Amino acid sequence: MAKLSLDEIQKVALLARIELTDAELAVASTEISSILDFVDTIQNTDTTGVEPTSQVTGLTDVWREDLVEKCAIAPKLLLASAPELQDGYIKVKKVL
Amino acid sequence: MPDLNYLSITEAHELLVAKKISAQELTEFYIGKIRNLNPKIRAVLTVCESQALKQAKKVDTKIASGEEIGLLEGIPYTAKDMFMTKGIRTTAASKILEDYSPPYSATVIEKLDHAGAVLIAKVNQDEFAHGGSTENSSYHVTHNPWDLDRVPGGSSGGSAASVAADFGIFSLGTDTGGSIRQPASYCGVTGFKPTYGVVSRYGVIAMASSFDCVGPVARSAEDAQIVFEVIAGKDSKDSTTIALSDKTLSDKNPDGKLKAVFYDDEDSDVASRGVAAIDSSLLDIRTEASIAELVPLELALAAYYVLVPSEISSNLERYDGVRYGSKAKDSKDLLDSYMKTRSQFLGPEVVRRNIIGTYALSAGYYDAYYKKAMQVRTLIIEALNKVFEANDAILIPTTLQPAFKLGSKSDPVEMYKTDLLTVFANLAGVPAISIPIGLDSATGLPMGLQIIGKQGDDKKVLAIAKRIQSGSDWHNSAKELKL
Repeated sequence: MAKLSLDEIQKVALLARIELTDAELAVASTEISSILDFVDTIQNTDTTGVEPTSQVTGLTDVWREDLVEKCAIAPKLLLASAPELQDGYIKVKKVL
Repeated sequence: MPDLNYLSITEAHELLVAKKISAQELTEFYIGKIRNLNPKIRAVLTVCESQALKQAKKVDTKIASGEEIGLLEGIPYTAKDMFMTKGIRTTAASKILEDYSPPYSATVIEKLDHAGAVLIAKVNQDEFAHGGSTENSSYHVTHNPWDLDRVPGGSSGGSAASVAADFGIFSLGTDTGGSIRQPASYCGVTGFKPTYGVVSRYGVIAMASSFDCVGPVARSAEDAQIVFEVIAGKDSKDSTTIALSDKTLSDKNPDGKLKAVFYDDEDSDVASRGVAAIDSSLLDIRTEASIAELVPLELALAAYYVLVPSEISSNLERYDGVRYGSKAKDSKDLLDSYMKTRSQFLGPEVVRRNIIGTYALSAGYYDAYYKKAMQVRTLIIEALNKVFEANDAILIPTTLQPAFKLGSKSDPVEMYKTDLLTVFANLAGVPAISIPIGLDSATGLPMGLQIIGKQGDDKKVLAIAKRIQSGSDWHNSAKELKL
C-alpha cells in the first residue's frame, strides 16, 4: 500500500502551490493514501509493449496557415480581468 | 396563453411561429419559474435576465417582420457555469472565479447565440466539474427535483436539475467521466456526450483536456440532437476538433440490422427495459454479455482516477491570482501569493485532485502512475474496439443505483465508484447517451439507460435513443413532478 507520509504530502503540496495547515495535512495523508490504494490495480496489469494513449481520435499535428490573425478581444478587456493592475500592466510581487 | 410548462424545442418553436406566444413572453415565463422554484431546487448560480430579454426581443422583431426563424430561435436554455459567457459572471462554481466576468464567450455559446437561443441562467455544478453530486460546488448544493433530500448528480447537476424542474428547455453540460449522463439519469432527463472532439472546447473551462466533452441535457434525444447539430463541428480555435460524421442508421450491417450487447446488474432491469422497447426489426440483440467481462470496468476506473487528476493538476496551474480570478491579500512574496491564493479559494476536492495529479506526474512516480495509466487506457480502447467489431451499440445502465441522499458519500473513493459505468466511454472518446428508462421500484426514482457507440457514431446512438423514445413515455415522466 502506498502510504504517503506527512513530509511527502507537504512536498507535493508545495509543488502544487497549495498551502495546507497541519490538520489539513493529516486528513490529506489519509485520503490521498486511500485514493492511491484504490488506483493501485493498474500496477497489477501487464502492459509490456503497450503503447500509451494520450489522444483518442488519432489527430497528430494540426497546422494552420502561417498568417497573422487579429485577436477579436481588445487587450484592455483581457487585462481588466487581472486582480491588480498598474499603468496598464499586471501587478505582481517582486521576483528579484 | 397556452400551457408553457415542459415544452419541447419543436413545441415551443411552433408556438412562436404561430404567434401564440412571443419570445419575450417565453423568456419571462422561464425566468418567473426560476424565481418561484429555484429557492427549493437551487440549480441556478446566475440569472441573465437583461441579456436574455434583449436576445428574445431580437427574435420577436424577426418574427414580426415575417422572417422565417430557426428551430432554436427564442428557445430559453441554461448553461453549466463551466462555459465562458462574455460579460456574464462565470465561476465554475469556484470561489477562485467568484467575480470573474469573461472577456469572450465559448464557441458553443456563440453558436447558440447565433442560432437565436436565449441563455437565461448559468447553473450549478461541482467546483471545476470535480465530483458526481454537485455537492462540491463552493456556493451551495442543488436538490434533486424528484426528491429534495437527494443529489441531482454531477458534475452537471445544475443542468440536469434545471431541465427536470423546467427552468429552461435544454441545458449545456460537460462530460469528463459521466458528468452529463449520470446527472441526466438521476434527474430523469436525456443527456448526450458526443464523440471526443466533435464539439469545440474553446472557452470551456478546462478540467482534463484529453477527456472533456461538451453536450446537451434535454427533454428527449430529439431535442438533444437539435442542439448537438448546432454546436458540433470543427473550430479553428480548438485544434482537437473533428468534423461530425454523417453515419447514421442507414449505415447498416450486411444483414440490415444493428447489433447490440446489453447487460444488467443482478438487481437491475434497466437495459432489458430498453431492449424490450426497441423494435426488433431495427436492433438485433444477440448477446446478453457481462459488460465487466468485455471491458475491465474497475481497471478503467482506476486508470481514469490517475489520468484525470494529472491533467487537472496541469490545467489548474493557471489559477494563481495573477491574470484573473481571486487573489489572497497580505502575501509576502510571489510564491507565498500563489500558495495563499490557491489554498484560500480552491475547495477540498479540487485540492485533493491537484495533489494526486501532481504526485502522479512527479519525478520518480511518472512511470508507475501516469505512463502506466496511459497504457491501461490503450487496453481499454482495444477491449472496446473488439466489442464494436461485432456490435453497433452497448446498452447498459448509466448507474447501478438511483440518486443518493445528500451528504451520504463523504468518502472520496466511495464517490469515485459511482462513475463505474460511465468513465470508460471517456477513456475511449466514444459517444454515449443516457435516457430515462422508468423508475426504480424500491425508491420511485428515475433510472437511466446508456447507449454507447463507436467513435463517429453519434447520430447512430441518437437514432437508437429516439427509436426507444418514440415507443415509450419514460422521457416525459419529469412533467409529472409536482414542485
